[in-house]
Amino acid sequence: MSCKEEQPLLEGYFDGELDLVRNVEVEAHLQECGACSAEYQGLQELRSVLGSGSLYLKAPAGLQRRVQDAIRGEAPTVRPSWLSGWWTPLRWASVAASLVLVALVTWNVAPRFSPRSPDETLAREIVDSHVRSLMPNHLIDVPSSDQHTVKPWFNGKVDFSPPVVDLQDQGFHLVGGRLDYLGGKPVAALIYQRRQHLINLFVWPSPEDANSTQASNSQQGYHVIHWVKSKMTYWAVSDLNTKELGDFITALQKQLP
Amino acid sequence: MDEASARFEQMFLPHLDAAHNLARWLTRNGHDAEDLVQESYLRAFRFFGGFKGGDSRSWLLTIVRNTCYSWLQRNRRQELETPFDEEMHTSDPQAFSPEKPLLANADGQMLQQALEELPVTFREILVLRELEGLSYKEIADIAGMPIGTVMSGLARARKRLRENLLNAMKKES
Ligand SMILES: [Zn+2]
Repeated sequence: MSCKEEQPLLEGYFDGELDLVRNVEVEAHLQECGACSAEYQGLQELRSVLGSGSLYLKAPAGLQRRVQDAIRGEAPTVRPSWLSGWWTPLRWASVAASLVLVALVTWNVAPRFSPRSPDETLAREIVDSHVRSLMPNHLIDVPSSDQHTVKPWFNGKVDFSPPVVDLQDQGFHLVGGRLDYLGGKPVAALIYQRRQHLINLFVWPSPEDANSTQASNSQQGYHVIHWVKSKMTYWAVSDLNTKELGDFITALQKQLP
Repeated sequence: MDEASARFEQMFLPHLDAAHNLARWLTRNGHDAEDLVQESYLRAFRFFGGFKGGDSRSWLLTIVRNTCYSWLQRNRRQELETPFDEEMHTSDPQAFSPEKPLLANADGQMLQQALEELPVTFREILVLRELEGLSYKEIADIAGMPIGTVMSGLARARKRLRENLLNAMKKES
């Protein structure tokens, strides 16, 4: 490896953006090349100066208030599409037991979920939980693509053992697991990835003995699919298209107990 | 308060400092930065329905970035005309030799000025990488450029920043 080849990679190495193989290459080159290691030290020196804190210009006092006022001034006309889902009418119904609303609820829910509709409050929690998990540092408690690492991690955290299957060959990469809470209970969340799309698979024991067929729902880009198998409840949620999410579930089902 | 705005605030107000920091460095002016942050939040709120989940900070910063660039286009056109792909300096190992002053001796004001003197694209990627700690991928998404351009841009930006700093320190001494 010559300096010419290494130079452009040095930046990526410094930023921890190289793949393992290249990382090792650059490391080896740094061992033997004075010019590059001097340059590398220069990068470190620069970073430590930049990180001294004086350059991060935080929002001044008062800006938050100003932003909030602006947003709240806008509020009545705006509603995010993924909030105005099948659950909002239900919420209203619980406070105003109007017949009109009840009719609306029935109309809203029926065409989407099958008649044996799962609990809509739960469906709402599932989507909420998925969205929350996508925020920085919320997705994964145990980052691992190895099912034999992820599965035992849940020991002692939940009182059941979630099946963790490897779907690498089918193009779904296990990225880790997380402890989550749904309906006030701890549940296992397994995270799979396809391209840039993430799938949260929530698992917990089902009180019902019988297996159920899949019930699905699409909500502004989020697809939620739910079923019961071998006394385990599964909820999969993702912004992946329905075709590929279906592939995911088919592949998963084949390996589930 | 409306449920939508409550939800929006809960998701995006935690990123107010990040939004301000980026706007402040892109505009180099406190007053304009505040106006643009407010405008960005309003835009974000209007587009909120299109937010499909994912990283809320990156999503917001993309809007802040675009809002600031429209502003630059209107008010500081010449700044955007600095070519990004200028000749890459060949590396100069001398620049790191011990007789040069230590960067660590640069004071806060020197640092601020050295960063402000960079072309806006360099400033942008440096701020996102070094101050916000974002990955190349995240920067590429926010700034709408290929990942390779982020990497080479960072190399040049860091080199230029170092030169600016060393020059400032030479003048000082
Ligand atoms: Zn070298």
